[in-house]
Amino acid sequence: MLYFKQLRPRGSYQMRRRCKNVIIITLKKESSVFPELFGRELRQMATGDLALGQLEGESSTRARVINDFSINVATVNGSGSQSANSVLLKSIFGMGVPVSGKNLFPSNIAGLPTWYTIRASKDGYVARKRSAEVLVALNPDTARQDALDLPTGGVAIYEETLDLKQYREDVVFYPVPFDKITVALCAEPKLRKLVKNMVYVGVAAQLLRIDLAVVESCLRKQFAKKVKVFELNFSAVKAGFDYAAQNLTKQDPYFIERMNQTAGKIIIDGNAACGMGAVFAGVTVVAWYPITPSTSVIEAATDLLKKFRVNAEGKATFAVVQAEDELAAIGMVLGAGWAGARSMTATSGPGISLMAEFAGFGYFAEIPGVIFDVQRSGPSTGMPTRTSQADLLSTAFLSHGDTKHIVLLPGSVKECFELGYAAFDLAERVQTPVFVLTDLDLGMNNWMSEPFEYPRTPLDRGKVLNAEDLERLGSFARYRDVDGDAIGWRTLPGTMHPKASYFTRGTGHTDAGVYTEKPAEYVALMERLARKFENARKLVPAPVTVRDGASKIGFLAYGTTDFALRESIDQIEKEYSLKVDYMRIRAYPFAHEIHDFVASHERVYVVEQDRDAQLASLLKLDLPGEQVAKLRSILHFNGLPLDACTITEEFATREGL
Amino acid sequence: MATATASPKVNHIGLPIVEYRGGKSTLCAGCGHNSISERIMQAMWEMGVEPERVMKMSGIGCSSKSPAYFMNRSHAFNSLHGRMPSVSTGAILANHTMTTIGVSGDGDTASIGMGQFVHLLRRNLPMIYIIEDNGVYGLTKGQFSATADIGSKLKTGVVNDLPGIDACALAIQLGATFVGRSFSGDKQQLLSMLKAAIAHKGTVVLDVISPCVTFNDHEGSTKSYKFMQDNDEPINEVDFVASFDDIEVDYASGEVYEVEMHDGSNLRLRKLLEDYDPTDKANAVRTLMEAHDKDEILTGVFYIDTEKQTFIDLLNVVDEPLGQLPESVTRPPKSALDGLMASLL
Repeated sequence: MLYFKQLRPRGSYQMRRRCKNVIIITLKKESSVFPELFGRELRQMATGDLALGQLEGESSTRARVINDFSINVATVNGSGSQSANSVLLKSIFGMGVPVSGKNLFPSNIAGLPTWYTIRASKDGYVARKRSAEVLVALNPDTARQDALDLPTGGVAIYEETLDLKQYREDVVFYPVPFDKITVALCAEPKLRKLVKNMVYVGVAAQLLRIDLAVVESCLRKQFAKKVKVFELNFSAVKAGFDYAAQNLTKQDPYFIERMNQTAGKIIIDGNAACGMGAVFAGVTVVAWYPITPSTSVIEAATDLLKKFRVNAEGKATFAVVQAEDELAAIGMVLGAGWAGARSMTATSGPGISLMAEFAGFGYFAEIPGVIFDVQRSGPSTGMPTRTSQADLLSTAFLSHGDTKHIVLLPGSVKECFELGYAAFDLAERVQTPVFVLTDLDLGMNNWMSEPFEYPRTPLDRGKVLNAEDLERLGSFARYRDVDGDAIGWRTLPGTMHPKASYFTRGTGHTDAGVYTEKPAEYVALMERLARKFENARKLVPAPVTVRDGASKIGFLAYGTTDFALRESIDQIEKEYSLKVDYMRIRAYPFAHEIHDFVASHERVYVVEQDRDAQLASLLKLDLPGEQVAKLRSILHFNGLPLDACTITEEFATREGL
Repeated sequence: MATATASPKVNHIGLPIVEYRGGKSTLCAGCGHNSISERIMQAMWEMGVEPERVMKMSGIGCSSKSPAYFMNRSHAFNSLHGRMPSVSTGAILANHTMTTIGVSGDGDTASIGMGQFVHLLRRNLPMIYIIEDNGVYGLTKGQFSATADIGSKLKTGVVNDLPGIDACALAIQLGATFVGRSFSGDKQQLLSMLKAAIAHKGTVVLDVISPCVTFNDHEGSTKSYKFMQDNDEPINEVDFVASFDDIEVDYASGEVYEVEMHDGSNLRLRKLLEDYDPTDKANAVRTLMEAHDKDEILTGVFYIDTEKQTFIDLLNVVDEPLGQLPESVTRPPKSALDGLMASLL
């Protein structure tokens, strides 16, 4: 990997190795050329005047790189490469090698470039790497640049007519006549572009030494019920595999070798896991409006509801409604929550904005509901197919007036499931809308995980009085704090008791739900809501102490930042012999452990994927004044998932390492 | 010995009308909305609807305050401006066994709430949607709303130069299955329409002209008491015979449309407009459009369809309220999760 971030025009130049796998570069050019030497331009120079160092641990004879590299598959959106990518990913997984996949796609139906990167990591790192060592170039429009983006020593598997050899001399080229192979295999022109993708799987499997039997079994699973489709696809894989065996001589160092690190693990995307969490929370009303990247949360939930929640008479024990917009979606969620259903919606930033007024209503009138926000890059339409963590502040305070919300922050697909179902318990226990914030990276990409565990506790339906309770009590006041936890008891419409009803309103109300504008009554209501929120610190998922040694330096992060941060912390230890501590936040309001963590460190780096240091800002509002100065931010917001080196480099710079 | 007092009159479920009362109205004296609240109470009482089986929904505005003024024994949800349809949809999905009555206004429905209103109609959501229609925004002191007729004049002399939206024509076209217009001052017509509405399964839209005595009851207004008294053109006389009534009223055949409602009640519409067929959608819309050209305010039941599936039918949900299903039904068993995990290995 080339490292160019710190480049400054200064005559003769040397770059330091700051980060594992970074190549040491010595520039011998004169200073006059340096202003142009940023970004990709520098890489193009790599074959000329740059003296290249070696990958760590390698000799000049190119020692094998086993189970520790990335593959970048460059295709055209809409060409059906997803199945092929998935089969390659699962084949590596099937070889027992920890693997992660990321789909980098445009906001487009068909025709624009798309990239899928697969990272094999014997150490179990699943974050994005800055560059991939192995390129599969199938998109003529981007092939040249894709090839130029390869690190020295990289590998390009490509359609031979693209003639990528002309652009580089420092990478290994494997030209393959994909089109010719495909035509020979498949008489049906319509199917050819799909089959072509499977040919690349075969070529890659051969070159990387992935067991063909493993590929076959993944493929069989992928097309479980379609024998003919399987046969056609496997013939394509085999054609690619055989072509590579007969025509290509292995010249590169990248190998997949069998490990035993994936046994018992599952592969799933975060959105499917969220949908599953909702179903195992017993969700009954789902209202939504389509928006990337959240749509598949609903699709996953709907599939499972159809599977598990249709009774013997063919009647559904659920309702899924595609609403007219996000305003209606959240309105339906709150209407259903009010009337006793476990209700949910899923959306992304623009939808969150539209839900603002209702969010405040739900907070003020104390109505449960669960809102999944799969964050994408904003503001406005922003980059709808790129990831981000920039909805945190707006969600935490969504709406006008004094409003704040419980926000859950899953950091893995397993937590998408667990916090997904926990959100419903919390919403009904605390009687308030609960937001679950994931992001495009977690939601739409495939991740390895331990299998999900069945919930250990029964559903917590919160404080609800029935007719017998009312008979015993004689009366009730909806918003009275009778238990000292700032949470009142509610009744559901249809409770057959003359005292059961109450008036739900967004206007100022007494503890009996009667309209009021009296200053003292309003203050009492607002202070009770604040107390309820304060108590929620103890009810929300506690943070995870990933590392807590004796370091003076701590890290705080949430969500997908975790993947890169874990790797970065290892890099920091390896390269600077410095141990740092790390606590992963899983919810707002912040648990007391987070305060303690900040208090027990001299400096705390808050790593997040947004421009404005939203997590750090939220922490600053919450921490005692004397703790605030300890926080410093490492920010990443270019739409790509965060990688470890970005954190390590920034940290090293800030610490003067 | 105390003198025995006459016991109050009770309905067929044994409740006196006082059990259908609400809080004291804070609307202006003489507001048409208060008359509508009175008719709602009367209709619910006469129909013997258990107050606990009713959900009262509303948006924001003078009209939307009124659920506080009738049926205190029913749960109420005073939601956001223009958002009553979505909240009602959610509540009905959670408990479709309830009778749901929503009270909205002309601003709440035809301006800020138009998006949600039309989608409610499309879905034929089983609820009664009342538009208390006075053509002005009362709480913000008298701006025109989108149902104000073109040429209508504000107190300040400002003339409305945009055409009014006919919520009934819209409702008929977009899928509501019981659509009518009445006038808050026409007690008998409104009461009969409300009783039929309670018996109907599907979206009922009742556009009730309800004069705003403070901001829109002057000369030049087309939503004033006087204007309605002069220009109200009923297309039919509405009579409703509940399933539990044993009154038999005979009409000469050919003059009456008799519609059997889902609960066995009968809606009888005596034709006043020649050959008006309330099941003919296209004709209903055309009649309304023609009335606009003649500056007539038609009232009565314009359209009824007792066959169309409601949204709840389409969703094919179980008979029990979804919101009250036990965990044993809503949370799939451990074996289900184990199976899913095995498929992802």
